[in-house]
Amino acid sequence: MLLAFDWTQLAQQIVIGLASGGVWATLAVALVLIYRSTGVVNFAQGEMAMFSTFIAWSLVHHGLSYWAAFFLTVAISFVGGVAVERVVIRPVESAPVLTVVIVTLGLFFLVNGAARWIWTPEVRSLPNAFSTRPIDVAGVAFSIQDLGNIGVSLAAVGLLWVFFRFTKLGLASRAAAVNPEASRLLGVRVSWMLALGWGLAAGMGGVSGMLTAPALASFDQNLMQPVLLYAFAGAVLGGIDSPLGAVVGTMLLGVLVNLVGTYVDWVGTELRLPVALAVILGVLLVRPAGLFGRVSVRRV
Amino acid sequence: MPEALLELEGVEARYGPVQALHGISLEVKEGEVVAVLGANGAGKTTTLRAVSGTVRRGGEIVFAGKRISRRSPEAVARLGVAHVPEGRGTLTELSVRENLRLGAYVRRDRAGVREDEQRVLSYFPWLEHRAGQRAGTLSGGEQQMLALARALMLRPRLVLLDEPSLGLAPIVTAEIFRIVGELNEKEGLAVLVVEQNAAFAFEASARAYVLEVGEVAVAGSSDELRRNESVRRSYLGY
Amino acid sequence: MRQRALGSVLWLFIAGLALVAYAFAPRLVSDFHSRDLAHAGVFFIAIIGLNLLTGYTGQISLGHGALMAIGGYTTAALVVHEHWRDVWTIPLAGLAAGIVGFLIGIPALRLSGLYLALATFALAVAMPSLLKKFSGLTGGGQGLRLLESAPEQVTGISGTVTILGHSMTQNHFLYYLTWAIGLVGFLIAWLIVRGPLGRVFRAVRDSEIAAASAGINLAGYKTLAFALSGVYAGVAGALLAIQDEIVNPLTFTFLLSILILVGTVVGGLGSLPGMVLGAFFVQYLPDLSTRLSSAPGVPDFVYGAAIIVVMILLPSGAGGLLRRLARPLTTRLYTRP
Repeated sequence: MLLAFDWTQLAQQIVIGLASGGVWATLAVALVLIYRSTGVVNFAQGEMAMFSTFIAWSLVHHGLSYWAAFFLTVAISFVGGVAVERVVIRPVESAPVLTVVIVTLGLFFLVNGAARWIWTPEVRSLPNAFSTRPIDVAGVAFSIQDLGNIGVSLAAVGLLWVFFRFTKLGLASRAAAVNPEASRLLGVRVSWMLALGWGLAAGMGGVSGMLTAPALASFDQNLMQPVLLYAFAGAVLGGIDSPLGAVVGTMLLGVLVNLVGTYVDWVGTELRLPVALAVILGVLLVRPAGLFGRVSVRRV
Repeated sequence: MPEALLELEGVEARYGPVQALHGISLEVKEGEVVAVLGANGAGKTTTLRAVSGTVRRGGEIVFAGKRISRRSPEAVARLGVAHVPEGRGTLTELSVRENLRLGAYVRRDRAGVREDEQRVLSYFPWLEHRAGQRAGTLSGGEQQMLALARALMLRPRLVLLDEPSLGLAPIVTAEIFRIVGELNEKEGLAVLVVEQNAAFAFEASARAYVLEVGEVAVAGSSDELRRNESVRRSYLGY
Repeated sequence: MRQRALGSVLWLFIAGLALVAYAFAPRLVSDFHSRDLAHAGVFFIAIIGLNLLTGYTGQISLGHGALMAIGGYTTAALVVHEHWRDVWTIPLAGLAAGIVGFLIGIPALRLSGLYLALATFALAVAMPSLLKKFSGLTGGGQGLRLLESAPEQVTGISGTVTILGHSMTQNHFLYYLTWAIGLVGFLIAWLIVRGPLGRVFRAVRDSEIAAASAGINLAGYKTLAFALSGVYAGVAGALLAIQDEIVNPLTFTFLLSILILVGTVVGGLGSLPGMVLGAFFVQYLPDLSTRLSSAPGVPDFVYGAAIIVVMILLPSGAGGLLRRLARPLTTRLYTRP
């Protein structure tokens, strides 16, 4: 029984899990960015990413190569994210948290509706960014697309990390997120830092969407909804205020979901998400702030 | 007589329905240390917040010839007013070095910033060894000094200092006031300091204002006020 | 003394107005539309329940649709499998969802804010798949059809319902039934909120630590709030099953949980009168948006835009607006010499 275990299959399934986890990770990091600056989970993040993906589709449709469309879309998404913050979020900046949450839910419907309005609800497809040919690593066949997705996700997150860690603007936006009052006294335009955060989040979401779509034979305007669920779950698992946690959390989740779906017959595809969520809840009961979240001292 | 660097004329401020300042007028000249004293709730902190724009205010506030009574906190900071707020405004999640770098956030002259970094480190040499540490792990006195150092990184024309003695041992407070005095003497730095501890405040300042329920009750040179028995009894309670 | 009396008169007046509106509303609309009104009543009940939880104890739930599913399926299963009369299943549906609410409340004790949101969200997302999985009881993806499996247990199937000598159409019956339960639920919630329990709930919301130091059993009251809120959701789910005469996993998706939350916040957290407006908002806005244009995507676009605009204009919901409107009246009432 034990001897018959297929280790090659296990390795393959882990890489497949990491690949989907990586795609979720970019969206999870987007959620973390907005959670840190605005204090809410942006329920519209997935729909914004979907909108970006449709922009990319239009660009490709008009003759651009996948990668040209990729970078152009990230730039457009950034501008769009900033605009969304200025128009929709800024007016409720000082409103109760749940009000802002409801605004993001409204944004969910609005963006989804807008995409179906503009692009009509037919299904479409994006070309593959990477070859679907498998390559052989130490006797195990991996798909280049999976490895490419992992690479692009990690590169996007890495770039973001460099921005926050090593640039003056990145430093200022971190400061604005943790202590807006004091940051304003240092001349930091806190309100614009929020807009910057929304822009970066939208850009990350765009990356996530453009990696999600080519992997599907066809997609429609609902393509990012499951991704949002996994990204949210993974981000909370990692500790919602930690970008590193979001990456590790979603990657773990990707592997977990894939292994459970493959090896536990009872789960199949139908129950993958519920089982994953149950595991996360179990983890949260033991570590209420997530794997990487900092337990904040509550003031009385 | 040098022209006033900062001038407040009939400044009012409110927190929601509660009015905290009822028409304050005061001024700070170039290179002058001015103290604001008074009991709890007299409006000392609010006076500083009115200047930096972190409270809703009315009346006239002029800094270096520019009306700032309607400007946002970030715009006031960009004019060269460094506000060290109540509770020091330490960015606890960031490192000491990052706190200092943010002090110079609005400046574009890289060479000048590097120069100021050396200058600031000459006042607070210990900061250099702690540069990589998270600012939240510093002691209260160290955080107060970091806040002052960070304010200096702006190369400010005026520093607003809110109760530097808060929660600190007298010996640490004395050290902070010594540095403020040195900065003023060597570099002609203008400081508007709010202080609960009158002894320290009179010692460090040339002039002082005593506030009572949102109004200026007495003003004068620090030496005179210190010697005035009735001021001491009625407003400062010692 | 006199002000108090005046205040009570005002409340009585408003209550009377509500009763008159309740009694005569079906006469103003067509028979068909009274079913929409009945549907709004379902939202009303669920929203009151969520408001008790979120508005008064500060615990967020993104999973009230799942609690409604418990209620709805309890009713459907009792009717289809056990041949109970549909209306008599309502108390049991409330009880079942209340118990599930209580059970959710236990792990919820360790989770606050966002994590509780995730936990309840997980429940909402998992519910449709779970319903499909346990198909023996739930009928799987097909669901349970009350009308086809047990028509004799569906009240008003013959076209008219006679209560105390009054006969009315099935739609009117559903309207009166739902809103009668809704008004009783409202009254109970109002009594809870005004009474000592309401004070405890608010203390828990405003500062858990302060409440605990005042000797309040946090765990007990937080789970109690969850259980109570579950009862409301369960009753709402039961009524939904009775109105639709069918339950299936698609009735109780995550979207339903979202709608209830939207209704609660639009109505105004911590305000009970606002809940009526919240219920009408969720019930009628999709219809209105569709009427504007039915081109693909446009209704959702309008719907989303409307939610955003309402939240920008009324950041504390309709309840906040009502309070603001009532203030001049009540202050005059209470400050007259």
